[in-house]
Amino acid sequence: MAEPRGFQYASAAHETDTARAGMWLFLASEMLFFGAIVYVWMVLRITHPQGVVLGTSHTNLILGSINTALLLTSSFTLTLGVMRARAGQGAAAARCCLLTAGLGVGFLALKGLEWGLDLHEGLWPGPGFAPWGDDVGGARLFMCFYWVATALHGLHMVIGVGLLAWAARLAWRGPMAGRHVTAVEVVGLYWSFVDTVWLVMYPLIYLVARP
Amino acid sequence: MIQDLLTNAISAITGLHLRPASSSARETDALLFALIGGTILVLGLVFGLMLYYVVRYRHGTKASRDGSDAKSWRFEISWTVATLVVFFGLFVWGADLYVRLFQPPANAIRIAVTGKQWMWKAEHPGGQSEINALHVPINQPIELLMTSEDVIHDFSIPAFRIKHDVLPGRYTSLWFTAVEPGTYNLFCTQFCGTDHSQMGGKVVVMEAPAFQNWLETSRTSVGLVAEGQVLFTRYGCSGCHAAGQPGMAAARGSLSSVRAPPLDGVYGHPVPLNDGTVVIADDQYIRDSILMPARQIVAGYANQMPPFAGVVSEGDLVRLLAYIKSLGANR
Amino acid sequence: MSRTSTVEDLPPSYLNKENTLFSWLCSTDHKRIALLYFGSITAFFFLGSAGAALMRLNLISPAGALVSHEGYNRLFTLHGVVMVWFFLVPAVPVTLGNFILPLMLGARDLAFPRLNLLSWYLFITGGLITLWALFWGGLNTGWTFYTPLSTNYTNGHVVLAVVGIFISGFSSITTGVNFIVTIHRLRAPGLTWYRLPVFAWSLYATSVIYVLGTPVLAMTLILLAFERIFHVGVFDSRIGGDPLLFQHLFWFYSHPAVYIMILPGFGVVSEVITAFSRKALFGYKFVVWASMSIAVISFLVWGHHMFVAGQSIYSAIVFSLLSYLVAVPSAIKVFNWLGTLHKGHIQFEAPMLYALGFVGLFTIGGLTGLFIAALGTDVHLTQTYFIVAHFHYIMVGGMVSAFFAGLHYWWPKITGRMYSDAWGRVAAAIIFFGFNLTFFPQFVLGYYGMPRRYASYPPEYQVWNVLSSAGAVILAIGYLTPLFYLSYSLLRGTRATENPWEATGLEWKTSSPPQTENFRHIPTVVDGPYNYPPPHSPAAPRHG
Repeated sequence: MAEPRGFQYASAAHETDTARAGMWLFLASEMLFFGAIVYVWMVLRITHPQGVVLGTSHTNLILGSINTALLLTSSFTLTLGVMRARAGQGAAAARCCLLTAGLGVGFLALKGLEWGLDLHEGLWPGPGFAPWGDDVGGARLFMCFYWVATALHGLHMVIGVGLLAWAARLAWRGPMAGRHVTAVEVVGLYWSFVDTVWLVMYPLIYLVARP
Repeated sequence: MIQDLLTNAISAITGLHLRPASSSARETDALLFALIGGTILVLGLVFGLMLYYVVRYRHGTKASRDGSDAKSWRFEISWTVATLVVFFGLFVWGADLYVRLFQPPANAIRIAVTGKQWMWKAEHPGGQSEINALHVPINQPIELLMTSEDVIHDFSIPAFRIKHDVLPGRYTSLWFTAVEPGTYNLFCTQFCGTDHSQMGGKVVVMEAPAFQNWLETSRTSVGLVAEGQVLFTRYGCSGCHAAGQPGMAAARGSLSSVRAPPLDGVYGHPVPLNDGTVVIADDQYIRDSILMPARQIVAGYANQMPPFAGVVSEGDLVRLLAYIKSLGANR
Repeated sequence: MSRTSTVEDLPPSYLNKENTLFSWLCSTDHKRIALLYFGSITAFFFLGSAGAALMRLNLISPAGALVSHEGYNRLFTLHGVVMVWFFLVPAVPVTLGNFILPLMLGARDLAFPRLNLLSWYLFITGGLITLWALFWGGLNTGWTFYTPLSTNYTNGHVVLAVVGIFISGFSSITTGVNFIVTIHRLRAPGLTWYRLPVFAWSLYATSVIYVLGTPVLAMTLILLAFERIFHVGVFDSRIGGDPLLFQHLFWFYSHPAVYIMILPGFGVVSEVITAFSRKALFGYKFVVWASMSIAVISFLVWGHHMFVAGQSIYSAIVFSLLSYLVAVPSAIKVFNWLGTLHKGHIQFEAPMLYALGFVGLFTIGGLTGLFIAALGTDVHLTQTYFIVAHFHYIMVGGMVSAFFAGLHYWWPKITGRMYSDAWGRVAAAIIFFGFNLTFFPQFVLGYYGMPRRYASYPPEYQVWNVLSSAGAVILAIGYLTPLFYLSYSLLRGTRATENPWEATGLEWKTSSPPQTENFRHIPTVVDGPYNYPPPHSPAAPRHG
């Protein structure tokens, strides 16, 4: 049996299993975190239905959809990476991780572009708020939700890109056994989660209340 | 009555007095005393058993300890079920009281209360207004319609055993029927800033003749409805919502092309909205329609009414509300 | 047992393995991290208590004897923020839990030791930032931060305080993840789930709430900060937002948070009562499942903080029913503890006195919860001193007593020293008396209408306020006393044996204090928990 790093473990397999369990549990807490902002969206939808419609009509469906495609692709590339890692192919796994990270950076770049366009269009819920129609107040509140949700998701993406770079480095360096496989798997779990959060956000922001 | 005996006994022991002075206060106290009684019983059981056990079974005593590994689940089920039954009973009693505490009768006199840092203003239908005080007649249901001009406050009358939060941008309500003449404390009980502890006053319950007298001598205006009618014109509402003549804005000579929903008898009746839903035109609806009309457009009408948020004060809103409620009231 | 006073004479343990500052501040040993936490928690406890002391001094006079209204508002905010987030929420899990859990499981450390160290640094960082906000800027919104007061009507350092609390929340989440994974994955051979001591189960239940509740607080604080900085309107009714939305989000975390505070206390009390009755826990499985069901139901009752806030009557009714439901498992535990005492061999060392005090005071606090779970009476009692008394009976009378029970019970294991039990009993008695004198009068004040968070009050309430403040002085003396005899024991206490209480549990099967690696050989477990000899057998009572 391979030697574990921590003396509290019976074997390396014991250690890697435990690391995976830890990541799942952490993701459970993240579900509640994003769950809270989804709850806020639900409350807005019930109390300000027309405001949510007005706000949604100003979101950039094209950029949002391209981003969704990018993220889905990145999940695919990362799954490939995990498969390579499990098969012991360190270099290939590292390449997959970097490709995933690249797609993530692409997402972030487009998001930044989208934010720039949104600000230009007057979608910041401050004094210069542009949209006009039924329930402007509700549209403002919807935009609050939009900015907070996308900012927090974006932050998680940035952390994810960093984690992918770290996992890629480990995979490149070492023999593809034990810890390094775990690193790729655990980062894979995290990335899939961030992707899943986007798959929930995307319809809430761009689709559901679109007139 | 036992309840009066208990009230007086506890007052004698504690040196504090808070006789229940409203119709519901006595009911609240009844539940409270039942809870106190139950608590004393349970505490007697728990403390009693604990003391008994630690004395009888302390290290070194010869008390028999045989049979201590008997099956436990019979006890577990019994005390769990007993607890559930008692708790459910308390829940039902409390919920019933609560529901009635917040269902004002139709014949209640409505008084508008406004809270702001750090004072209370009460306005009677006849136009009398008071600061940090509330004069009410005895044996008459009173409903308080409350709002805040800034942060969340809470209007609390301990002698009546009632309170409710007072929110900005919303109306909340309380009702009571005072049954004992006297002067009672009024407190703000939701932390609202520096002088939260100073934001109180007195509730004065008077016999009918004395109250009439107070009304006469305190009249400061022609009454909320009449003042509301003046404001209805001054703010330009009548320009589109010509009272008594739905849609005949031309007769008033301004904004003649605007078609506005008629307000005659609207209060308390269903209003269909343009998204297909139907709402009842209550105080909150009228208020929102004045401050943020775009939120709820009446079916068949365009979104043309300008918002009056920041233009109409809380005090004026209360008067406009009173006036609109009085329109077509005999319908 | 001989007395030793020089470090060189001490057998090797986690305490003297290496003694540089670096070795302590960068240790991944759960025992050392527990001691780091002990120091910080104690400091926060005394800071929060100082706030309370000043508050009670101020309330001696109806007009406010000591501080201005603004000063008083800052004091109760400081007291609440520090006590809730920097004392009660972490207390037992990060100190006793961190130290004892791996030992109790027969493990050499937690699952993620470096994450554990990170937890402490997050806690300290969050704590320091919040203290900065409380002292240099001042915060006067109450620990509950209700909007729009906290967003639009205060000039206190809300955002800074909220950042500090947010960071410390990550400390909770990481600790929770660590504990749950450890309990699942690092149990000794033979230690099946139903052989786990109740303390381990209670830490598991607490960790579930840490992991699932704290993130909602995180989001709430983000929205609060966003609103305060940009005034966008989420909680502002002038722009169509809803202040009640804040309350729902806030209490969704803050109600389970109070179960975070009490569940570990239940666990400690179960350990101490069994050890000092020398008898297995009555109804072990019921106690275990009571803890787990409390963790679940605690997420469903938050609306009982809002019965007069403006939510619908129907919501209020549902929350009231669920609040009664969550009280049932706690009642079950109290009955089970009594059943454990029955036919035991009871001894009254300090830990047991604190545990018995817990049972009494927690029962009072819990029963008064029934008064406010009932909708009709809650309308009268909410926002008064009745509520203050209720939660202090549970959190101070209950939780702090349990913390002291655990501290005194495991002190020999942690430090390798025995303290003066006579002084321990004296302190327990002073605390019990002082506590009741402080908080029982507050039930009276609350029923008679005195509102909470009042810097000054009508004169008729003075007598009971003075009684309460007098009690606070005695309680303070009670809390200071252990500082002295426990510190003294570190220098002059008799050396502790491996198992001074002759208790069951794997933590007692290693040296006091333990080696860094906890056990020479990981033990294999063959018995259930609390496998004391049957009470009627001659082997039952303690020998030493």
